Amino acid sequence: MACGCNCGEDELTKQLDIIIEPYKGKPSGLIQVLTKAQELIGYLPKWAQVRIAEGLGVSLQEVYGVVTFYAFFSLIPRGRHKISVCAGTACYVKGTKTVLKTLREAIDIKPGQTTPDSRFTLEIVRCIGACGLAPAMIIDGKDVHGRLEPEQIPEILEKYA
Amino acid sequence: MKSLDELAKIKESMQEVLKVREGVPSAEYKAHIMVCGGQGCISSNCKDVVDALKESLKKNGIEKDVKLILTGCMGPCDMGPVMIVYPDATFYRRVKPKDAEAIVEEHIMKGNPVTRLLYRAPGAKEPTQSVHDIDLFKKQLKIVLRNTIYIDPLSIEEYIGRDGYAALGKALTQMKPEEVVETVKKAGLRGRGGAGFSTGMKWGFTASAKGSPKYVVCNGDEGDPGAFMDRSILEGDPHSVVEGMTICGYAIGAEQGYVYVRAEYPLAIERLSRAIEKAREFGMLGKNIFDAGFNFDIEIRIGAGAFVCGEETALLTSIEGKRGEPRPRPPFPAQSGVFGKPTVINNVETWASISPIILKGADWFASIGTEKCKGTKVFALAGRINNTGIVEVPMGTTLREIVYEIGGGIPRKKQFKAVQTGGPSGGCIPAEHLDTPVDYESLGALGAIMGSGGMIVMDEDTCMVDIAKFFLDFVVDESCGKCSPCRIGTKRMYEILERITTGEGKEGDIELLEELATTIKATALCGLGQTAPNPVLSTIRYFRNEYEEHIKDKKCAANVCEFKE
Repeated sequence: MACGCNCGEDELTKQLDIIIEPYKGKPSGLIQVLTKAQELIGYLPKWAQVRIAEGLGVSLQEVYGVVTFYAFFSLIPRGRHKISVCAGTACYVKGTKTVLKTLREAIDIKPGQTTPDSRFTLEIVRCIGACGLAPAMIIDGKDVHGRLEPEQIPEILEKYA
Repeated sequence: MKSLDELAKIKESMQEVLKVREGVPSAEYKAHIMVCGGQGCISSNCKDVVDALKESLKKNGIEKDVKLILTGCMGPCDMGPVMIVYPDATFYRRVKPKDAEAIVEEHIMKGNPVTRLLYRAPGAKEPTQSVHDIDLFKKQLKIVLRNTIYIDPLSIEEYIGRDGYAALGKALTQMKPEEVVETVKKAGLRGRGGAGFSTGMKWGFTASAKGSPKYVVCNGDEGDPGAFMDRSILEGDPHSVVEGMTICGYAIGAEQGYVYVRAEYPLAIERLSRAIEKAREFGMLGKNIFDAGFNFDIEIRIGAGAFVCGEETALLTSIEGKRGEPRPRPPFPAQSGVFGKPTVINNVETWASISPIILKGADWFASIGTEKCKGTKVFALAGRINNTGIVEVPMGTTLREIVYEIGGGIPRKKQFKAVQTGGPSGGCIPAEHLDTPVDYESLGALGAIMGSGGMIVMDEDTCMVDIAKFFLDFVVDESCGKCSPCRIGTKRMYEILERITTGEGKEGDIELLEELATTIKATALCGLGQTAPNPVLSTIRYFRNEYEEHIKDKKCAANVCEFKE
């Protein structure tokens, strides 16, 4: 998530440099730096990737390679709230399809997309380990909603402004 | 931590507290309320229950007489939020905040258990009060999960109180590194990540490998959909993993360990981080542990969402900060692992098995299980089954015992159809093989695999062709793309299944699937690709008629597939 204030690129660059500092010249820290950078900016724009590449002493191509390899990283801005619908086996067997259909109707976007008001990003994930509560989804990486019935979806979404 | 005496003193000081959980009343505490704080119960709002209990205890002025603890996962996620009240070991399920008052005022103060919250076995007239009398728990044998219903996962003192770090102390002060390796070898422990390679042999190869420094790695990138054993262990007893890894560090001559955990498990990461901090504070990690001249420390690396990183060589590459692509073996990690150095990599459950082996001896461990598979295995039961959650059973327990006696059978009087083990690398086992004992070889012979321990039960409403397609979709999505059999082959298989499930299947499709599957198995670079066709092959093997129905009659008996007009 973005840092919340209205700081511009200059301020973000300063904060990004603080993140990079302990990993200067250490390519093995790339994934940790990218994770923190995405927490700071909300996604990983090109300027940030260039900065990180220079800081850690790796090529921009390597940074881009890593960013596009892992599902966790995003090259485009995301919504304020990330809805991750679990499509693991247990959830699938117990009705992910219906949950997803209701969600898509409620916020009118496809998985991978963000609503025009930047409120929600919808994505499909592979098992959040809450199989005992299938079907489940996780919002903002921490709130697990389990034993989902399609009727509950609107009420759950209301909690996330 | 400098000596066994020092450790024994901490253990001793904890007995007054811990004896309550063994059923012995204490002068100091009226009761201990252990509320399950695994991810399942947390999503069932167990924290609100804890708050309500706190308030009620305070209102009645007994907050000092009752210990209230949030534990790790207790197993029965489906009944959450669950809790156990000691010393009488009363098990409550589906507890709501409004039930707190009754628990405190009726049970704790007057000694009358709250009957409506007790567990009732299917078909039983009377409820079962004690957790030790409930089938789900009674039929399990807990070695890996030895502490999960007994301790506060954030308390290193309670872990020590239940013999924690005693194995580390024993290894460091009384055993030579070779003896530690020998003990693990003799115990017959095999890797719990799925492949089942001898853990002791792996340690032996790494110990004798040339090159330094050496590394110890924990694979906590539990990616198989339907598997959540490792999460439960990391949440419920993180010190058991820290201790196992540290013992290995001593045995192979390593000073640095890495735990690689998926980003999807925030609670596990938090509890493990706190366990590592505590272990450092108590001198279980750091310099000169137990005054034995041995140094060791552990760092957490968080995965960034790539299933293939559960494959060991991919994971090691990912620790180096690169794209998590697998590399060919040999060289095996024992020769060339993280940063090209000799590395032992084991799964979370394997690490949690180490301390009891060192403490109780190889013979004790080898006496449990079957001839070729020693010890216990933790399974995550999910899908169309009454008791979903985590269970631990001796190797050799039959699938029928797990599904029916422990898992409580299939809900809504539906017909059992298959149990899927091993995730996208495994297979579906039909009813006629329910009496198969679970061990690496027996499951392998059925075309499934033990895998890491996910067990998904399917009933008559599940279409097996659709399930095969589900797993293929998963693999297509998660294939890293490095080798073509996996990248292209699985995609072609998926397209055929897509055809069959939409009513456009052709004569010869089954044979084509089999041919592609055989080729991919033989030629893919890593475990992901080599096992990817298994769900398709096993469903063809046992449910060929369903495939034929879809192709010839354009019919899906389970009514799952939607055919084009």
